[in-house]
Amino acid sequence: MPTRKLMPMTSDKAVHAYTPGLRATDRAVLRKVRRLPLPGEVHVKLGDEVKAADVVASTELPGRVHTLNVAHELNCQPAEIGSFMVKAEGDTVEHGEILAESRALWGLFHSFVKAPIEGIIESISSTTGQVLFRAEPMPVELDAYVDGIVAEVHADEGVTIETQCALVQGIFGIGGERYGELKVLVNAADETLTAGLLDEACEGCVVVGGSLVTLEAIGRAIELGVSAVVAGGIESEDLDSFMGEPIGVAITGQEAIPVTLIITEGFGELAMAQRTFSILEGLSGERASVSGATQIRAGVIRPEIIVSTGQRPEAASAEAPVSQMSVGSQVRLIRAPYFGQLAEVVALPPEPTEIETEAQVRVLQARLADGTIVTVPRSNVELMQE
Amino acid sequence: MAEREITRVLATDCGSTTTKAILIEKQDGQYRLVARGEAPTTVEAPYEDVTRGVLNAVAEVEELAGRRLLDGEDIIRPVSGDTGTDLYLSTSSAGGGLQIMVVGLVRRMTAESAERAALGAGAIVMDVLALDDGRMPHERIERMRQLRPDMILISGGIDGGEERRVVEMAELVAAANPTARLGAKYRLPIIYAGNIDARLAIEDTLAEIADLTVTDNLRPSMEQENLQPTRLVVQDLFLHHVMAQAPGYSRLVPWTDADIMPTPAAVGNLLQTVATEENINAIGVDIGGATTDVFSVFSGQFNRTVSANLGLSYSISNVLAEAGIDNILRWVPRQIDRGWIINQIRNKMIRPTTIPQQISGLQVEQGIAREALRLAFEQHKSLAAGLRGVQRARDISDAFGQVAEESIVKMMDLDLLVGSGGVLSHAPRRSQAAMMLIDAFLPEGFTRLSVDSIFMMPQLGVLAEVHREAATEVFFRDCLIALGTCLAPAGRFREGRKCLHVSVQLPDGPRELDINWGDLVLVGLGEGQTATVTADPLGGADMGAGRGRAVTKQVQGGQAGLVIDARGRPLAFPDDEAERIGKVRQWQAALNAYPETDANDQ
Repeated sequence: MPTRKLMPMTSDKAVHAYTPGLRATDRAVLRKVRRLPLPGEVHVKLGDEVKAADVVASTELPGRVHTLNVAHELNCQPAEIGSFMVKAEGDTVEHGEILAESRALWGLFHSFVKAPIEGIIESISSTTGQVLFRAEPMPVELDAYVDGIVAEVHADEGVTIETQCALVQGIFGIGGERYGELKVLVNAADETLTAGLLDEACEGCVVVGGSLVTLEAIGRAIELGVSAVVAGGIESEDLDSFMGEPIGVAITGQEAIPVTLIITEGFGELAMAQRTFSILEGLSGERASVSGATQIRAGVIRPEIIVSTGQRPEAASAEAPVSQMSVGSQVRLIRAPYFGQLAEVVALPPEPTEIETEAQVRVLQARLADGTIVTVPRSNVELMQE
Repeated sequence: MAEREITRVLATDCGSTTTKAILIEKQDGQYRLVARGEAPTTVEAPYEDVTRGVLNAVAEVEELAGRRLLDGEDIIRPVSGDTGTDLYLSTSSAGGGLQIMVVGLVRRMTAESAERAALGAGAIVMDVLALDDGRMPHERIERMRQLRPDMILISGGIDGGEERRVVEMAELVAAANPTARLGAKYRLPIIYAGNIDARLAIEDTLAEIADLTVTDNLRPSMEQENLQPTRLVVQDLFLHHVMAQAPGYSRLVPWTDADIMPTPAAVGNLLQTVATEENINAIGVDIGGATTDVFSVFSGQFNRTVSANLGLSYSISNVLAEAGIDNILRWVPRQIDRGWIINQIRNKMIRPTTIPQQISGLQVEQGIAREALRLAFEQHKSLAAGLRGVQRARDISDAFGQVAEESIVKMMDLDLLVGSGGVLSHAPRRSQAAMMLIDAFLPEGFTRLSVDSIFMMPQLGVLAEVHREAATEVFFRDCLIALGTCLAPAGRFREGRKCLHVSVQLPDGPRELDINWGDLVLVGLGEGQTATVTADPLGGADMGAGRGRAVTKQVQGGQAGLVIDARGRPLAFPDDEAERIGKVRQWQAALNAYPETDANDQ
């Protein structure tokens, strides 16, 4: 008889891969690759010290392309337009300048076609009669994003900046890169960030709340010109109201919104992890670089709050290694019925165990803050790192 | 090598995250799965060599099967006792699969045919640009630049038709001068499969900026679609251009005894092979964390669609956004706070590896799966339609109304429905998988239901290219887990009224059942068992032979059994919340789908 099932097949596909804990550390060495969308010019050199707002590279994006069917405008065959064009491929034209003209009946009927934009004639097609114009190129400047040292130069493309910093990763964010002074507005990790806690002094700042940020608080932050808001959680419905539509896929960072939002724990009211909160409290008053960009698929990107310490990195050390889970590890339970609770691992039985759903999965036993010992699937916990 | 000489086959599927190897052997005259191993895919840093993952997965198979397959980094061939294999084959979707942008003229005509060709070749269609897509030329150009596809497929115009328009679209492609996703220095492959009269002009326009391949027009006339030449070109370019850029593939390609296929193309190939060999109509669905693929073969015609943002982890919030919370919660037999459950669904999106721990969580997740499957299937039915734009003879009844193109997917004609993906293959009870498939696809007449045990359809699909018999045998014996058969009368009539008389010749004797509209009944018929069933529809119900005509068929049992579903099509839910909960509980109890628990847990 053939062997039907030689490997233990369970519904727990994540046996080997615990959800990686998010980093919250006051000492890290980060390397940030800053790359232009198209080749351009790099303005710094290896070893240069840079500030977050410094322009490190720039380029020009090709201008928008406009099309105009000249044959159609002149009411002629496409093959004939060459004889009517007064401008050639590569010529620069002003908006409204004559491109082509035709005269019929000894000049009695005079038709002409004008350039729809200012730009360069890219192509003239005698097959379709179409003329393509390209507008002036658009300059693009790339900043360093974090204070640090130029650790690598990618010729014509950009640089890698290395920085000694404090780093807090969030679980989900929206909005792009921003900077500002870090300001903790609550007294405890389980306190809600309400509109009343924000005032004029928050303009341009990265403000930090505890367990939840309310919709009113986000509205107030926008009114005041706050750069970014960081909190433990947000109600899904509030996020949808803020965005104007429900979030579909967790690939974010490009939203055209006036404030970047970073949540550190998840959806709903969830006290910020004490360690995260303490680190942010300790950084109060420092200048932070933040990004809401999140991508929860291949090549995970998490939102981040970075505060460079200004020291030269001692060595280009790698990220801290991911710790292994063991008895005594601190974990956060990340699925109902214990969602959001912190616990200590007390046992890691190796054999699959049947849980309430009747699935056979690998589990662990953990002690909750109130001393209760619970059994949960291993894939439903997150290791609290550092 | 003649087919009869092949006694052992090794096949791998290099997925985005995991490389899966299977070993098949001919034992006592039958091809059977012997072992399966897996290892992380090694396309990305720090390894950047796909063969590392392949060797690791094969090493696991060696250990599990007690065979020696590797000599250092060489796969030993041919078979000699317990050593070596006769064939080594592989599929791949590593590095995000094959991503194509489609350019056509009319969105619902040539562009749609091109989309079907690309999907059938196993591609992810990133966008479809057409003259009538409502975008300005500069917007199309911006989009092309932004997307960075692996290749572009241009179609448009019937042979002998007007050529100017398709050249106009090609000019936009030239103006965009898009770069390929993998490697800026590599010339982007572009396939032209449009009006043959425009070929010279297309070459003039595109040959300088891209690696242009010209193939037969995929829509040579309004009445004809010719997708196969395009599909073959897409797969050839995938193998020789796109994969050649992926780390380690230049080493893997010479190892294999047949061309490496894109994973979804291989799954489609298998389903086509099975449908042809068995002379049946079949649907396959693979629901993953990010995407849901649907494959169908009806009357020999193959179609595939990918719903890029319908899935149960990364894309779970998008299922919520597209289906709406009411449609998800209608499947859950308890009252749940909406705000709380929306938060929980979003929390699954941001922590995608978690699994439900409680029955309520499982029911919500399986409700979401039903909605994702339903939406993906709707998209599939819409694309798997007759050719639009065809002039058809119209009778007097057509003259008064618009004739919509009908989907070729007819549920009454469906013989086999195969589900794949964790939520179906690993549902704690098989009856849950059967219910999810029935609720989402709403089969009619007699339909066999199965799940793919360990997702080896890709490897069997590439095997079908070189050894159909082995692929088909292993598919039915080791790949599929039979859930049973669904009997469902078509039509919807008054609840409680008798609609069907069913006579079942069970292994332990005959059984007669009177079925009313609204009933859901499970008849025990285990895996490997068969029964002769006569379904005699009453009062306008139809079992496939027409209203009121009895149908007799041999049906197969499975781990769920024989399900008689007279709930009508589409399913109707009571408006009253308490009644709805009662109804859903009744359905679930009929199939013994969930253990009894406290109804209030969340």
